[in-house]
Amino acid sequence: MTALLRVEGLGKRFGGFVALEAIDLDVQQGERLGLIGPNGSGKSTLVNCICGTLRNESGRVRFGEEALDGLSAHQRTRRGLARSFQLPRPFGSLSLIENVRIPILYTVNARPGAGVGAGAIETRCLELLSQVGLADKADLRPRDLTQIEMRKLELARAMATDPKLLIADEAMAGLSHAEVDEIIALLIRLNGQGVTVIMIEHIMRAVMEFSQRLAVLVAGRKIADGPPQEVVRNPDVVRAYLGE
Amino acid sequence: MPFILILIAIAGAIFAAGRWFGSSYAFFMGYVVLQYIVLGTAWNILGGYTGYVNFGVTAFFAIGAYSTVVLNKLVPAMPLPLMILIGGAMAGLVGLGTGYLTLRLRGVFFSIATLALAVVVQTLITNWDFVGGARGAYVLRPRIAPLIGGEYVQYLFLIMLGLCVIVLATARAIERSALGYGFAAIRDDEGAAEASGVPTLRLKLIATGLSGGFMGMAGAPLPFYVTYLDPASGFNLNYAVNAIAMPLIGGTSSWLGPVVGAILVGGLQEYLRVTISSAVNVLVAGVLMVAFVILAPQGIVGLFQRKKR
Repeated sequence: MTALLRVEGLGKRFGGFVALEAIDLDVQQGERLGLIGPNGSGKSTLVNCICGTLRNESGRVRFGEEALDGLSAHQRTRRGLARSFQLPRPFGSLSLIENVRIPILYTVNARPGAGVGAGAIETRCLELLSQVGLADKADLRPRDLTQIEMRKLELARAMATDPKLLIADEAMAGLSHAEVDEIIALLIRLNGQGVTVIMIEHIMRAVMEFSQRLAVLVAGRKIADGPPQEVVRNPDVVRAYLGE
Repeated sequence: MPFILILIAIAGAIFAAGRWFGSSYAFFMGYVVLQYIVLGTAWNILGGYTGYVNFGVTAFFAIGAYSTVVLNKLVPAMPLPLMILIGGAMAGLVGLGTGYLTLRLRGVFFSIATLALAVVVQTLITNWDFVGGARGAYVLRPRIAPLIGGEYVQYLFLIMLGLCVIVLATARAIERSALGYGFAAIRDDEGAAEASGVPTLRLKLIATGLSGGFMGMAGAPLPFYVTYLDPASGFNLNYAVNAIAMPLIGGTSSWLGPVVGAILVGGLQEYLRVTISSAVNVLVAGVLMVAFVILAPQGIVGLFQRKKR
């Protein structure tokens, strides 16, 4: 079985600061991976390198059969690699429905084969918004939303690209207990439809409930990778989170 | 394409009214307003839709104008529409080049680079003897308009009317297409646009090329309008100020904004030029621009859209 995403020896530095060092990470097709680590451990930098927002100095990223190195972010998105941003970055001057319309126009409709037709695109946008419970706000602007709703919009926009792999970068920070459950259910449902999901999260309850496998980053290195129950008992992981 | 038919019908009606009115002053004045509709709409494709504020309007405008000066010297028999196409292509290429060189610059840094471009182009033209250098160049305006007869200014007016139709139809088509959504995504958040699959680099090049090309087309008939072109008039700051002020006053979100702005500000300036003095018109653009940026940042069209909601 070949991995859907294969990160090999990935390294990234900002000036003299080593943000990521020799990261190896395989994600299998259809897997639900949790990625955790203390603040500043390099989780978001890793996402940015995988998605092409940042260029890694060393190492390789393969997606399916293809090497992604040298491809720009939008080319990676078109190949089925979607992400949500940690801090929501909506298109502020556009309505919610237009916010999810853009990724459909530029990914699904830019791939070879039949895209979403002009008539069906409105329906598809509303369907995406209703999946995250924003259908009744379709004509509002992002500034009319709460922080939580903006996170949901982030997810809807990522899902609109019809991804093979979705990276949810702290999609749940600040959400209530019930809302966290809602998002977990949404991501699991998406996973059930065949989308591989990497969840980056600080809320351990969500991570444990969601993940089939857990990888831990600490100070730019991967210190653990395996079944969640084992990983959280790993002495290195405990030390990283709780100290000596 | 009913929209373009409506535009053509309106343009035809305007021209017929002008002929019936029969005053050459009306054509001279109308030409200026039409020129600003083209210029403002061209600016808005990059500045309003894509969010890249271009202060170097005069560079593109003057490239169009001076390419006509060159062509008129080399091939005096060349018809004006062809000169406009060539001038537009030249300015469009410079637009592409500018876009390519300034890709990494965002916000105010891009604007400063475009300002520098205007200075560079003006310096080059001022030192180019073939087009008259700092002395300027005379361009003989034919007495009689080709095809339609009557004074030549009527022909210039008609040409500019045609450009308006083309530019407005293009702007509206962009707004309703995937391209327009891509431009808006770039304006709002370039990183998020990339993550949504928008090829930001290619779209920015399309915007700078189109915008520069249309500005060049707006400038190409100018030598025949003024009959004497020197760098000080071709690169006049008025063009840049008006091309930015008119979309901002009219509203940058829709093709209608620059039209409303050009008619309002251009008309007002012309009125004041005749009744008070020729210097006051720059003041009008400046004061109105400041007032609108503070009080109605969405412009006049934005005000009405908000009421409708």
